[in-house]
Amino acid sequence: MSEGHSTYTPKTGIERWFDARMPLPRLIYDSFVAYPVPRNLNYMWTFGGILSIMLASQILTGIVLAMHYTSDTNLAFDSVEKIMRDVNSGWLLRYLHSNGASFFFVAVYIHIFRGLFYGSYKAPRELLWILGCIIYLLMMATGFMGYVLPWGQMSFWGATVITGFFSAIPLVGNWIQQLLLGGFAVDDPTLNRFFALHYLLPFMIAGVVVLHIWALHVVGQSNPTGIEVKSKTDTVAFTPYATIKDAFGMIVFLFFFAYFVFYLPNYLGHPDNYTVANPLKTPAHIVPEWYFLPFYAILRAITFNIGPINSKLGGVLCMFGAIAMLFLVPWLDTSKVRSAVYRPWYKLFFWLFVADAILLGWLGSQPAEGAYVFMAQMATLFYFAFFLVVMPVLGLIETPRRLPNSITEAVLEKNKGGSGHPAGATAAPETKG
Amino acid sequence: MKKILTSLALLGLVVAGTAAIAAEEQNPAAPTHFPINEPKEMSWSFAGPFGTYDKAQLQRGLKVYKEVCSACHSMNLVAFRTLEGLGYSEAQIKTLAAGYTIHDGPNDAGDMFDRPGKPSDHFPAPFPNEQAAASANGGAAPPDMSLLAKARGVERGFPRFIFDIFTQYAQGGPDYIHSLLTGYDQTPPAGMVIPEGTHYNPYFLSGVSLKMPKPLSDGQVTYDDGSPQTVDQYARDVSAFLMFAAEPHLEDRKKTGFRVMVFLLLFGALVYMTKRRVWADVAH
Repeated sequence: MSEGHSTYTPKTGIERWFDARMPLPRLIYDSFVAYPVPRNLNYMWTFGGILSIMLASQILTGIVLAMHYTSDTNLAFDSVEKIMRDVNSGWLLRYLHSNGASFFFVAVYIHIFRGLFYGSYKAPRELLWILGCIIYLLMMATGFMGYVLPWGQMSFWGATVITGFFSAIPLVGNWIQQLLLGGFAVDDPTLNRFFALHYLLPFMIAGVVVLHIWALHVVGQSNPTGIEVKSKTDTVAFTPYATIKDAFGMIVFLFFFAYFVFYLPNYLGHPDNYTVANPLKTPAHIVPEWYFLPFYAILRAITFNIGPINSKLGGVLCMFGAIAMLFLVPWLDTSKVRSAVYRPWYKLFFWLFVADAILLGWLGSQPAEGAYVFMAQMATLFYFAFFLVVMPVLGLIETPRRLPNSITEAVLEKNKGGSGHPAGATAAPETKG
Repeated sequence: MKKILTSLALLGLVVAGTAAIAAEEQNPAAPTHFPINEPKEMSWSFAGPFGTYDKAQLQRGLKVYKEVCSACHSMNLVAFRTLEGLGYSEAQIKTLAAGYTIHDGPNDAGDMFDRPGKPSDHFPAPFPNEQAAASANGGAAPPDMSLLAKARGVERGFPRFIFDIFTQYAQGGPDYIHSLLTGYDQTPPAGMVIPEGTHYNPYFLSGVSLKMPKPLSDGQVTYDDGSPQTVDQYARDVSAFLMFAAEPHLEDRKKTGFRVMVFLLLFGALVYMTKRRVWADVAH
């Protein structure tokens, strides 16, 4: 879509000077002003922009917090409390950062489910999708290490449990675990390397985000119909159309974010993390942050040995497999139709999958005993079946609904009796964007 | 396809059934889930979007802490100057701090020495170290109280944790402390084994009983503002004070929050109207 030649014409002397030497203004103009976007994007497409501001916010608050934080097991907990009590607006920075991590994940989950619903991963957007999956993996590593830094009880025991997974890997497992920990148990070396990596990874995320946006600007955005852009009438210019819509989406998202930061700042955390880490006292239930809970449930669902694979390794394999599924999605889905809007059966299974993921999340927060284990096993089964059975099979047997010929046709069909005419457009419902 | 749907429906039934089994009854004499009783939800002045601390209550709570709790519980993270939030003047805080003896040093001669406290000092701990605290208290060191009101909370369970978002319930800590302090003096169910040297309390988070004996009794602390001198009132006041100790910037946070929310609403409305205007001539 951006393959068309640049429409940028430098107007001022300084712009011409730059354009001849390093055409940065041209790049910005072509990417964020003239860049054509499908005219039928709904608010689900504002989450890319929302994720960018969340990343920026996390990096900015994080850098200031790092100026006051001490990564020493004897001082870390108190240094965070010093931020909360004595640093000017320290409480605000810290709550923005800790809740910001959660809302970063809220946004990324909506973004991923958006992609799954509208088939955004299909050719030619496989690489775009995989880059997104890499960002998600990096986010998980960053979030996990960040949670260790306040050195509370959940920090310590969460780190102990999660690094313990690696010891399940045959032959090299113990070596990997000791490399991660810098010793035989979570201690000072662990905290120090986690702090260093927690500071490094966000910049790696920013780097992959640049690649993600680059890939996006080559293939162009998908859209709710899943039909490729065919003519100029299918698109509008990024500025002002997408900019203003993204801005509104961001403000609404920030409203929910602010609600938690100012009124429920500890709702998404765990009370035990306000008790300093104690290696001699295990909390009753070790629970990871909410955004890891579905994977935690999958890990604990494997309570049985499968041949040479014991339950521990099996759990770890399933947990990593659950994430690996995402990387394979572009090739697992056999349907020629992108959007679930035209795939009645896929749409049903998509919503079942959403429900399944939420159920797994809840199960991850419950103790792994009694009926919860069986429920987690069934939910895990459905999780994998969705990717390995439903996606490939449905594409072959499902009869999709009739597709419109173009985006413009779909838009005009939706606004019955309307046209590109102003009068018809203002009467159009805003909900679907 | 119909078959898949039917089997899915069956699966749903199975899941619902097992969930019901999971919530089985527990034997009253040998409970497996704690606390036995859920904390009572009290009404706190600092709850809700416009909540503020009741300064008179905090001052009473500080008195309870000083005269009762501080014999065993430290409050290491709280500086005397923080108590300005209780409505005390600078001079009052100086006097209050001077009432404490702080172990300081070394001085120029290399000796450690005792001096009266300053507003920048933190509350001194009752025991020199954790081991001393544990050995003086039957093997369990009394927890530091600086963050107790945020470090304790009973799991709310589904669906209450959803409602909590809308009711802004964030008082799990003070509710728990109040319930625990008023939860002594109850007779354990017949057949329950209470370990030697511990005290039955159905509100305790991690067992049937705890090492701490009933700390408060009616009339123990003298209030000079006419408030009732009962265990219930002491427990309320000290819980509120501990919430302040754990979150001294709570009022600031909620006040700032209101301004932020109003700004986002107005700004959002303006941007939305601009968006309508921009898109007015494009069917989408």
